Amino acid sequence: MGKMMISATINGDAQQFLCDPAATLLDALRDELGLTGSKEGCGSGDCGACTVVLDGQMVCSCLVLAAEAEGRKIATIEGVAEGSELHPVQRKFLEKGALQCGFCTPGFIVASKALLDHNPDPSEHEVRYWLAGNLCRCTGYDKIVRAVLDAAAELRQETTTQRVSA
Amino acid sequence: MPSPQFHSPETVEQASALLAANPQARVLAGGTDLIVQLRSRRIAPTAIVDIKRIAGMSGIRAADGGFAIGAATPCTALKDDKALAAAWPGVVEAANLIGSVQVRNRATMAGNLCNASPAADSVPALVAAGATVLIAGPSGQREVPAAEVTSGPGKNTLAHGEFVVEIRLPARPQGGGDAYLRSIPRTEMDIAVVGAGAALVLDASGTCTSARISIGAVAPTVLLVEAAGAALVGSKLDDAALERMAEAVRVAAKPIADKRGTVEYRIAMAGVLAKRVVEIARQRAEKA
Repeated sequence: MGKMMISATINGDAQQFLCDPAATLLDALRDELGLTGSKEGCGSGDCGACTVVLDGQMVCSCLVLAAEAEGRKIATIEGVAEGSELHPVQRKFLEKGALQCGFCTPGFIVASKALLDHNPDPSEHEVRYWLAGNLCRCTGYDKIVRAVLDAAAELRQETTTQRVSA
Repeated sequence: MPSPQFHSPETVEQASALLAANPQARVLAGGTDLIVQLRSRRIAPTAIVDIKRIAGMSGIRAADGGFAIGAATPCTALKDDKALAAAWPGVVEAANLIGSVQVRNRATMAGNLCNASPAADSVPALVAAGATVLIAGPSGQREVPAAEVTSGPGKNTLAHGEFVVEIRLPARPQGGGDAYLRSIPRTEMDIAVVGAGAALVLDASGTCTSARISIGAVAPTVLLVEAAGAALVGSKLDDAALERMAEAVRVAAKPIADKRGTVEYRIAMAGVLAKRVVEIARQRAEKA
């Protein structure tokens, strides 16, 4: 079978791209659309570095075929900031030092934003379980969890910034 | 490897015809097993049939007092259905132990069943709950108990051209409760070393009138342990009855030893988990 032409809405824009029927959505985003923010870590759904939001649900784009995206809405890391204005989750990752090498960061940011979009006041426990599918081999996770809780507080317009017990 | 054909049929009949026409075709629902196998070249299908565009394949509807769960319904959608989560919490919790949120937003119970891993988390819960599976194929549709869908590790009993259309759960019986637990060395993102499911019915006096006990990851397929259920029926789930139930579970367990656990550990843990799930199911039945 030859290449397929797929039409989808990506970060709010109507896009068309060509893909092999066996290509993953991650392949199409990176290689056809030049959206290289989503990373391939494991390629088997274990690490979450390729996390995107598909029709409102976060998924591993390495476990979605590009051909499945026909007519769907996809949000990637590239759509999280508004122009040069970082999303509070992104800003808190920087402020709290929630990244070192940065490879896992796009996946964590997309997953964290997805959490706060549907649960504006998560507990530390909820944040940790929500992010269980995102692996980070640098930070040890604590700074990531603090950044997410801080971003949540800011989005709720609370001033308390220290909700995690030591 | 030549590229497979990609099909997205809009009716059950079209899907069935596509699968029947090509023995190398594979069904795509959530893709969390299929795409991993495709990428690692464990499988090389010449056609992929995405069933998600078929009407009714995603979602949960009331049926015969119980529930009909479309084959492409992701695990997280089960949790969002309050009526289903209230009626069969063990099934919904089991399906939501699989993988991560990202995985559960795609993975389906029908896929978990057809992939036929002995350690599949949703299957012991479905078997305990008495779920049945509606299968469509070239010669029409048939309904089979969930336990009959798998025949061994990675092997299912679907005939050529057949695929699962929906999973059916009965109405929760008066005084009924269900539960599933698994043993893993981590807290999340792991594969069951042992799993156990229970579905009980208690009468007004607390006497058990029906019990279905299932175990996973301790045999080539998930097992319904009828002797374990029988050990509870007629009792008030006292310690002696629970111990007879656990012994029946240990006798039925025929595990392998691998990196996740020894034979002895799995057998012992199967008895422990069976007692724990019965206790949770009992508490739920008392509230029912």
